[in-house]
Amino acid sequence: MKFKNLFYAKDDKFNITMSAKIINTSLILIIGIIFWNFIFSKLNYKSQGLSVFLEFKYKFIFGFFITIIISLFSLFFSLIIGSLLTLGQKSKFLPLHYFTKIFIEIIRGTPLIVQVYLFFYVVGTALNIENRYIMGILIMATFSGAYVSEIIRGGIDSIDKTQVESAKALGFTNFQKYRYIIFPQVIKRIMPPLAGQFASLIKDSSLLSIIAVNEFTKNVQEVDSITFTPIENYAVLALGYILLTYPISHLSKKLEKRFSYGD
Amino acid sequence: MEINISNLNKKYDNQVVLNNLELNIKGVHSLVIIGPSGGGKSTLLRILAGLEIPEGGEITINNKTLLFNDSDLHEYRKTVGMVFQAFNLFPHLSAIENITLPLEKVHKLKKIEANLRAKTLLDKFQLGKHIYKYPPQLSGGQQQRVAIARAVALNSQILLLDEPTSALDPALTSEVLDSILELKKEKKDLILVTHEMGFAKNVADYILFIDEGKVLEAGEASSIFKNPQTLELKEFLGKTLKY
Repeated sequence: MKFKNLFYAKDDKFNITMSAKIINTSLILIIGIIFWNFIFSKLNYKSQGLSVFLEFKYKFIFGFFITIIISLFSLFFSLIIGSLLTLGQKSKFLPLHYFTKIFIEIIRGTPLIVQVYLFFYVVGTALNIENRYIMGILIMATFSGAYVSEIIRGGIDSIDKTQVESAKALGFTNFQKYRYIIFPQVIKRIMPPLAGQFASLIKDSSLLSIIAVNEFTKNVQEVDSITFTPIENYAVLALGYILLTYPISHLSKKLEKRFSYGD
Repeated sequence: MEINISNLNKKYDNQVVLNNLELNIKGVHSLVIIGPSGGGKSTLLRILAGLEIPEGGEITINNKTLLFNDSDLHEYRKTVGMVFQAFNLFPHLSAIENITLPLEKVHKLKKIEANLRAKTLLDKFQLGKHIYKYPPQLSGGQQQRVAIARAVALNSQILLLDEPTSALDPALTSEVLDSILELKKEKKDLILVTHEMGFAKNVADYILFIDEGKVLEAGEASSIFKNPQTLELKEFLGKTLKY
C-alpha cells in the first residue's frame, strides 16, 4: 500500500509527498540518462566534455547575458505593445479597430523569420535604424505583442458581463470599471498564458542570430564553427534557455496563487 | 416614493416589451411587481435602474424627470441601488470590500467611514462572521445578502431588487427574504420584482401586476390577492398558488 502511494497520486488534486516527488523525478532523470547513453554509444562520437565550454566560456556567458537583456526589453515592450493593440481592438473608432485586427492577424499568421528579415532589411533600412539590437528588440516586442494582445483581449472577454453591468449600476466610470473590477480579474486569468508567451519570446529571440545580433545562439554557433563540437555546444545552449524559461513558469505559478481569491 | 410614468415603450429588436406603460404612485414605500415571465417587469426595473434606455415615454421619480443621455444616466445610477438575480458580487474582493469599493470610489467616502458603514450593515444582515470572506467562500444566500448590503450602503433614494431569490434554493431563500422584510420595516423605499407570491403579500404596500408590457392591475396587496379583477391576474394567481 505504502509502496503504491509512492507512484500513484491519491486523487486528481496531486497533493504529493516530498519523498514521492524526489523518487519520481530522479526516476525520470535516470531513464533519461540511460536513453541518451544508449544513443551516444551507437554514434561513436568522441565527446570533448566540458573543455570546449571552458575554453570559450567568455563567449557563452557574453551571449547568455545579451539574450537576457534583449529578452527583458522585448518582454517589457511587448506588454506595452500588446496593451496598446488591445485598446485598439476595443476601440469604437473603426479605422483603428480594423488596423489592429489586421495587424495582429498578419503578425500571428507569418513566420517570425520573415518578419525579422523584412523589418530589419526593409523597414530598418528605410527608416535608417541601423542598430541591430534596437531593431531586434522592436521586432521581438512587436511579434510577441500581437500574441500578448490576444491573450489580454481573451481575458477581458472572459469576464462575465454581469460584472460589467454591476459596475455600471453602481455608478463606476468606464476607467474605474477597468481599473477596479475588470483588470484585477483579468490579471489572474491571463497569468498562465502570459508566462507561456514570455517563455516563447525568450526562445524565439534565438532567431535574431540571422541578423547577426550577438546573442546566445549566435555566440554558440560561432564557437561551433571553430570547434566542430555541435553536441556539446548545443547542449549548453539548451541548458542556457531552460535556465531562463524555467524561473518564468515557476514565478507564474506563484503569482497565480497570490492572485487567487478563495477558490 | 413618488413615481410617475407615462407612455413608456421598450422594444428588443422587433419584440415589444413595454407597451405604453402608465404608472402613478405616491406615498408608497414598498412596491412589488408581479407577473408572468416575459411580461416586461424586469425590463421596467432595469429602466428604473438606468441600465436600459426606453424608445419613448417619460419617467419622473420623486419629482425629478429622468434624462436618457449618458452623463445624466451615469449620475442618476448613483442615486439608486440595484440587486440582481444572480449575485453580482465582485469575486476578487472580500465581502466588506465589495461594499466599500463603490462607497470610496463612486461616492467619495473616507475609508474609515466606508468601513464603518459596511461593518454595521454586514452585522445587521447577520454576516458579521463573514466580513473578510470572498464570494466563492460564501453560500448563495450569504452572497445575495452581501449584495443587498452593498445596495443599501449607498443610501440611495430607491432600492431595486430584480428577482433576488430566483437563483437560490428554498432554504436559502428565506434568509434573503428576512433581510428584505427588515428593510421594509424601516420604511426604506424599495421596488421588488419577485415570483414568491407569499412574500409579495407580506412585503408589499402596493402591488403592480404587469403583463404584455402594461400594468394590468395595481393596488393594495390585500385587495389584489383577494379580489383580482382581470382574467389575466386570476389565471396568473391560479397558476402560481396552485402548488
